[in-house]
Amino acid sequence: MGTITFVEHDGTPHQVELEDGSSLMELATNHGVPGIDGDCGGEASCGTCHVIVDDAWITTTGTRTDLESQMVEMSPECGPNSRLACQLRASPALDGLTVHLPEFQM
Amino acid sequence: MFEQTTTKRETMTTNSTLFQRTKVRVTDTVQATVPVDRVIQSVALTLKAKRLAGMMKALRFEERPIPDPADVPLEEIDVSNPFMNRQGQWYPYFARLREEAPVHYQPKSPFGPFWSVTRYADIQAVDSNAEVFSAEPYIVLGPPPFNAEMFIAMDPPKHDVQRRAVQGVVAPKNLKEMESLIRERVQDVLDNLPTDRPFDWVERVSKEITGRMLATLLDFPFEERHKLTYWSDTISGSADATGGTTHQDELFPAAVDLARNFTALWHDKAARRAAGEPDGFDLITLMQTSEDTKDLIKKPFEFLGNLTLLIVGGNDTTRNSMSGGVLALNRFPDEFEKLKADPKLIPNMVSEIIRWQTPLAYMRRVAKKDVHFGGQFIRKGDVVLMWYASGNRDERKFENADDFIIDRKNARNHMSFGFGVHRCMGNRLAEMQLRILWEELLERFDRIDVIGEPGYVQSNFVKGYSDMQVQLTPKPAREQTPVRVEATSGA
Ligand code: HEM
Ligand code: FES
Repeated sequence: MGTITFVEHDGTPHQVELEDGSSLMELATNHGVPGIDGDCGGEASCGTCHVIVDDAWITTTGTRTDLESQMVEMSPECGPNSRLACQLRASPALDGLTVHLPEFQM
Repeated sequence: MFEQTTTKRETMTTNSTLFQRTKVRVTDTVQATVPVDRVIQSVALTLKAKRLAGMMKALRFEERPIPDPADVPLEEIDVSNPFMNRQGQWYPYFARLREEAPVHYQPKSPFGPFWSVTRYADIQAVDSNAEVFSAEPYIVLGPPPFNAEMFIAMDPPKHDVQRRAVQGVVAPKNLKEMESLIRERVQDVLDNLPTDRPFDWVERVSKEITGRMLATLLDFPFEERHKLTYWSDTISGSADATGGTTHQDELFPAAVDLARNFTALWHDKAARRAAGEPDGFDLITLMQTSEDTKDLIKKPFEFLGNLTLLIVGGNDTTRNSMSGGVLALNRFPDEFEKLKADPKLIPNMVSEIIRWQTPLAYMRRVAKKDVHFGGQFIRKGDVVLMWYASGNRDERKFENADDFIIDRKNARNHMSFGFGVHRCMGNRLAEMQLRILWEELLERFDRIDVIGEPGYVQSNFVKGYSDMQVQLTPKPAREQTPVRVEATSGA
């Protein structure tokens, strides 16, 4: 189905196979990508799966929902393209997506 | 008039320039601001008058044996009894509630009627829904001693603004700056512990290290750090609020003292910065250098609320995790062996300690509208307790939930920090503090044995220990450990 790339804050890239139906948080934690914790198990209620979507991709992924804003906007690293990875579903349309990780999770 | 304050500071036992100070005399020019202690005193007098007029009843609790849960009719179960933890009854009661009445109503507790939510998923749902379940006006079961403005008990959007203004002080970026100082202070505590006889771990380690951490966070005079612990204990031990042992009359002097000291702290810091002292990483500096908060002292209730929240929020919680970890490793000795064999498990163990201990048993919410929840009908205005202590032992989420397993896969999913907008702001600091403690303990000690049974705090909110006797066995001298020999020969 393709791959997506998580880029750590120090620039280290991690390429992960997309699996239909998984959230990007699950993909990252299942593949040991450092820098994504997923403490609430994907309920948008801990803010520890913050990712920043590449500008070129934001129209494909869409911007964050109100639910995500509640949590992620408390992070000092929150920007316009900030999303919670647990609220992004893997799909073939995301093949080639790059997301950046903040320096710290909340 | 508000009195002039002189604060004596001494050079600390660390070589950080931040803490090298000489006496600073505060010539306070901002005395026109509201005299905070006067405000609090007037609140105290009003409350006392009310109580004398019979308008408010102060609570007092007497300990009696609590029957087993199976012997109590479901509708009579009252998990707000402040002796539940001491008598080892909370977990059996919660186990019954989770099975038979996961959203349970207690109509006539000493604190008034309340709902208990006891399953992991239900608690997470309530905690994440600030629109229906409000954190206002307070987050403990009974009314707190005085109404300081704390954002833990505010709903968005007000909550968000206030939290954002201060959270930088415990943000990971700032913690990195504080880590070495916190570590030095831990090392100093551990290096001075007796190894030839048992001692009280709570007093000598948990309270001491936590007090030092809070003093570091606030840049509070180091030699007066015990005040922070005292104020915090007094406030969170309120009988009316949590079933604890402090009563209104003891509370107010503590509150006034706190208000006076924190106000002085602000002015003292301003004076030292004006005199050219380089900026530190502490909360007051952070407030004074941020556009949003540089005049916060002019809003005394908000200023005091934020500081009080930090010391109360960081005190019992961290302290009882430090004691709880030692107790857990004694109850599950194989885990200690596992830890010694693989110290890389420390970070995951820290999460497991916080899950197993659950230092704060619940947070309180009030329904903002009628709502159907978990098969029950909760009415607008009803009080709802989210029992984290129960959710963390829910087998639906955690396998063998009562066991302490340092390499538990989903330990990080514990709910001790809450979820949603109020999720613990100090979580990374707490984790760091515990990680440092265990790294330094493993460096030094072979055995950490709990002697006898610990004492348990009287409270329905703070799940913790009043005392715990511990006997330490040092590691053999460091030069003799193989790790060191290998390192030397390899170099
Ligand atoms: C193991 C240690 C700790 C535990 C178990 C703990 C637990 C909690 C819980 C349960 C909440 C409320 C969550 C909710 O309502 O959903 C909370 C909030 C908070 N905690 Fe902690 N805490 C700990 C350490 C600390 C430390 C060290 C500090 C600061 C020095 C701190 C500061 C706060 C603050 C400021 C809030 C309010 C956050 C908000 O309302 O947005 N906590 N904590
Ligand atoms: S995993 Fe908790 S917010 Fe995404």
